[in-house]
Amino acid sequence: MIINHPILGPRDSQEFVYLGAAEMMNRPDGMSAGIEEFHEWLYHRDNPAGEHRELWYHEQGDRSWLVVTRNTLTHEISRVELARDVAKAMGRSK
Amino acid sequence: MADTLHALTALGQAAPQTRVIGPYRIEERFDVALASVASRRGREAEVASAAAAAGIPLPGPARFTAGPLYAGFWVAPEMWFVEAPFASHEDIVAVVKPIFGEAASITEQTDAWVRFDVLGTNLAALVEKLCNVDFARAADGYATRTVIEHMGCYLIRHTSGALTIYGGRSSAQSLLHALEVTAASLL
Repeated sequence: MIINHPILGPRDSQEFVYLGAAEMMNRPDGMSAGIEEFHEWLYHRDNPAGEHRELWYHEQGDRSWLVVTRNTLTHEISRVELARDVAKAMGRSK
Repeated sequence: MADTLHALTALGQAAPQTRVIGPYRIEERFDVALASVASRRGREAEVASAAAAAGIPLPGPARFTAGPLYAGFWVAPEMWFVEAPFASHEDIVAVVKPIFGEAASITEQTDAWVRFDVLGTNLAALVEKLCNVDFARAADGYATRTVIEHMGCYLIRHTSGALTIYGGRSSAQSLLHALEVTAASLL
């Protein structure tokens, strides 16, 4: 599988480490959000047969975090973004 | 007492080692100081202008650029490794930090790495056995992080017959061994 890194171009997926669903980025504030919301974030995962947004870490490359949109049925990767850009687009400061 | 205190190379020797294996020459380099420069958030323009004024090349992604004194290669977004002669820049952080002030974070890297320069006529054949870098198609000045026998390394292509590898200093012997065995396998 080849991941088309937004900065470095096509790279072998062996260079990357998979973390999981990209919703991991949206951790609720543990001090103010309710226990249910935190529980939902921590334990409940969708397991879609189809398009899935997930976090990959370029450990053997430039150490950037990527949000990869991958079809779990075909492994086709339709989109690769820097997680930093995704977070900024969601209004986060970093 | 002071006469007995000498810095050892990454391979634990008093002087850098050289291996010649067929057409390949592997030279340990002990004369280069290394520091990482990471731009602080929102201060990228300041870092770029300070570097330009000081003659420190901070090239684009996956690139290495050598200047008259400093050389630099890209390691991550807004982060570079900067090389300088060890003789004049042994304490490279003390030299580089005032150049960037508070706009960048500078970290000493000299003693964290071992550097091998590999010279030969057909390095593509060697590199394709060592790691997944497409050395034959990479342009001169290509710099990337890669893995050689499970060891994370930086590989820089200077020309088709000259490259530099930085590997973790603590696994310097293992990295040299990997280079030697691979070179010997090509004879």
